[in-house]
Parts: sequence; C-alpha cells; structure tokens
Amino acid sequence: MDEVDLLYQEMILDHNKNPRNFGELEDATHKAVGHNPLCGDHIEIFLKVKDGKVEDVKFKGVGCAISKASASIMTTVLKGKTLDEVKNLFEKFHNVITSKPDEPVNTEELGKLAVFAGVREFPVRVKCATLAWHTLIEAIEKKDSVLTVE
Amino acid sequence: METQTKELKFEVKKKKAFDVHEIRKDFPILHRLVHNKPLIYFDNAATTQKPKQVIETITNYYSNLNSNIHRGVHYLSQAATSEFECARNIVKSFINARYDEEIIFTRGATEAINLVAYSYGETNLKEGDEVLITEMEHHSNIVPWQIVCSKTGAKLKVVPFDDNGELILDELEKIISPKTKIVSVVHISNSLGTINPIEYIIRRAHDVGAVVLIDGSQSIQHLPVDVQKLDCDFFVFSGHKIYGPTGIGVLYGKKEILESMPPYQGGGDMILSVTFEKTIYNVLPHKFEAGTPHIEGAIGLGSAIRYVQNIGLDVIFDYETKLLNYASERLKEIPEVKIIGNAKNKASLVSFVVENVHPHDIGTLLDRDGIAIRTGHHCTEPVMRHFGVPATSRASFAFYNTFEEIDQLVLSLKKIVAKFK
Repeated sequence: MDEVDLLYQEMILDHNKNPRNFGELEDATHKAVGHNPLCGDHIEIFLKVKDGKVEDVKFKGVGCAISKASASIMTTVLKGKTLDEVKNLFEKFHNVITSKPDEPVNTEELGKLAVFAGVREFPVRVKCATLAWHTLIEAIEKKDSVLTVE
Repeated sequence: METQTKELKFEVKKKKAFDVHEIRKDFPILHRLVHNKPLIYFDNAATTQKPKQVIETITNYYSNLNSNIHRGVHYLSQAATSEFECARNIVKSFINARYDEEIIFTRGATEAINLVAYSYGETNLKEGDEVLITEMEHHSNIVPWQIVCSKTGAKLKVVPFDDNGELILDELEKIISPKTKIVSVVHISNSLGTINPIEYIIRRAHDVGAVVLIDGSQSIQHLPVDVQKLDCDFFVFSGHKIYGPTGIGVLYGKKEILESMPPYQGGGDMILSVTFEKTIYNVLPHKFEAGTPHIEGAIGLGSAIRYVQNIGLDVIFDYETKLLNYASERLKEIPEVKIIGNAKNKASLVSFVVENVHPHDIGTLLDRDGIAIRTGHHCTEPVMRHFGVPATSRASFAFYNTFEEIDQLVLSLKKIVAKFK
C-alpha cells in the first residue's frame, strides 16, 4: 500500500464522515477545549468518570480527517478504562505515531488505534492525530475546567 | 565588454515570444521530483523559486566578491559596495523612485512595515489619531500598528470587504477623516488575490492629510509598480517573493518623509560620528541600515529584478492572468469546490474550500502527487473569520507554471473528492 493510503485508511475516512460519540455530554465530570492555532482545528472533549473509570465520553469540533477520526476512534476505546489505563494507552499510541518510519513498533496492544500507525510517515500530521488525546489528558488532569491547549 | 555582451543577450531574448518551456529551463528546482512525481509548485504567494541567474549571482558573489561594504578601501570592499549600490539603483528604477536613497534595504516586507510603524508611527501618532488598515491585511500589516497604537493611544480602524473579497469603498468614506494619520493597505491580498484600488485609496488618504503605506508583497512580482505615479508615501516588498533570496526586502519612502524620521535601529553604518556625548546620524539610506546588511541578498534581488524586467511585467501579468482564468474555469468542474475571493480585479491565485474535505487533508494528498499548495489561514485570520472557514487551500501561480500543471491539480482534486465521498 502507498504511504498515503496507509494514512487515509477506510476506517479513518469512515470515522471522519460519520464521527461516533459526536456531541456534548451534559453530565460531564471533566471537559477541556483543544485548539491548534496553526490549522484552526478546534475540539471539545466531554468526559464522565465514575469510580475512577470512564463511563462516557463525547467530543465536538472541527478539524481535518485525521484529527476528527482520531477523536472519534478514541471515544470508542475509552469506556470502562481507568484513568491510568487511559494515560497508558495514550503513551503507547504517542510512541507509535512519533516513531521513525523504519523503527519496529508493536501495534498489537493498540487495538483499533493501530490504524493511525501510518501517521508516522507524515511528521507534520502527528499533531492532528494527537490533538484529541492531549485535550483528553488535559480534561483528566485539570478536572472541571475548560482550557485551551496550544 | 562583458557587460555589453550580457545586455545584448537580454535584448535578443526580449524580442522572443513568451515561451514557458524556455523559461522553465532557468529554474533548476522545477526539474526535480517530489514523492517520485514531477514537482508542481503552486505555492508562489508564499515564496517563489529562483532562476539560475540569481543562484549564479549569489555563487559568484561568494566566489569572487565577498567583502564587507561601505568602509573598506581595498579592492574587494569597493567591488562589493559597488554591486550592493547597483542593486539599490536597480530597485529604484524598477519601481521608479526619484532617488537611490529612497530605497532602504530591510529583512523583508515585515521589517519594512515595522520600521515605518516604529519610526514614523511612534513619532507622529498621538491620542485621538487614527490608523486605517483593511480587513484583508496580512498579520504583518495588522500587528505592528496594534503595537504602535497601544503605545501612542491612537486607534486602529478597519475597512471591511464584501463577500467577493472587494473592499467596500463606501465604508472607507465613512471611516476616513482628518483624524486619519496613517493608511496602510495591501496592494494584492495574499489569501483572496484581490487587486485593491490603491490609486483611489492613496488619493483619499492624501485628501485628509494622511500618509500611505502600500504593502506590495503580492504585487511587485505581478504588476508594474510606479511609486511616483501612485504617489504613495511608502511602498514595501520582500525579495523572495520576486524570485530573489530570502532575508532581503525593500522599504521605499519619499525622501523628505524618510529624512524627517528618527533611526529605527542604532549601530554601525548608520552614523557619521559617535562620541559618548552625541552621535550624528548618517544620511539616507544608511540612517536606516544599521549593521552589515544582507549584501548577497541585495545583489541577488537586483539580479532577480533584472530577470523579471527581461521577461517584462506586462508579459508576465498577461500570462499569469490566463493561468488564473484557466484554473478558475477548470475548478468549476468540481461542484464540491468553492472559490474564496471572486474580485473582478484579481491576481493569479485561487483560494478554495472543498465540501467535506479539510484543507490539511487536501494539502497532504496533493503533496503526494507532487503538487505543492498552501493550506491554512495564510496569516490572514480576519479573512478566514469573514468567510467562516478555519482555513483554505491556496494555489498561487507564477509565470513558470503551465496549463498542464493546472490540469494535474484538477485531476488530483477530483481523486481526493471521490476518496472522501
């Protein structure tokens, strides 16, 4: 497969077109706003945490296919995870997409997120894939506040 | 003798009809591959490619002439000084300034605007005064004025544009008044392509006693500019947008106004004498050129201007307009594409958005086909806000682009639209 087809895989195009868990969460316990001033991407994450675990998560905003699909797919893999598990998953995800194209990586433990492995061929697009995640981590760490990540 | 041969060569070339394939031979970079595809360079509004004549001029400078200028008595210093000052003279003739010393070399258009904002603006603005700009300015013609306004208490006023991307001159009439002290306007918008009616704006500004700065960053490479005919007080542009090197730009200012202005930076070259009690400033243009300048940049710019003059800006404008019209027509074949900026008078760039496809995805996918365009807000966030879009894709053309390249762009865009369906 061509590198660009690895980046824009069917699953990514699908989530871009039909984002899952799109919208607001009225009883969110955590939320944050993420903003990439360079490309004008804007995302809001709503998170509901109960007993230390993610009970629900939603997002809204505008962005490119990579950032929208990343947010959408992220919301589908978080439910039931503890906050530590969430952070751990982001770290693994981040490691893979920022690795050098010729470095061997383990995408098995990423599950669905492995679809983003192609991003590492496009260093300028890494920020698109991580915007939702950075915003999520901000929401977790700065509980109950709305802030801008730049 | 050598100079004569060169001029003769220019003469002969000028008489030939415009041949884009001949022109392309002058630009080495146009023959490289990107992602194994022939490069199609449509990011000319960001920076232009350099002809081998400019590259050779710079190589020759470092191989044969390198020396510091204006103070050495040795051969190389005199030779370098003479080339540097010759470049100033080339710029002067190119924009038809009255005197060589009206041409100040800067790092670029941005520094030139900052120089005027700080030196002229801070000296002449006071509370109650107004600075007038437009809604389509590049950030570099907004932020320096905001800074100087906040320091002096002057107010920034903005002339809006309509949905075609044309300035609303009735609104200008409502805003402009004897309070207006500085009018700073972009000649051609970098994100919309609009060619503004600067003759009219300059006249109206002078009617109320304001000075006018024209940001020529996007016009100097497309249109003949005559600063005396325009009667603007300042005109700025960057060398790298007119096929010259980066890091060099020009501030033109009317001599009497430049003479009245305090220095912008202190240092070597801008002084006549220095004691700890008193420093006497040098005359124009040196007063505004502190420190060792970008010597090869200025000389390279001179060479770039010669190159452009050799083709002829009228010929360039004519050909680029054909490229623009062709691209605008062909893009209409894709219903999902919407062109942003439809002014009647437009330079050769097309800003567009594509339904359901973000500009960054377009940029990445076109790049894989070897096509370089710009995506983003183009340093004109207020323009993006006007149209309610976070970003656009922009294809900007130069005289070395071809109709076949535009065909390729349209083909690639059709592929992208289908992919995202």
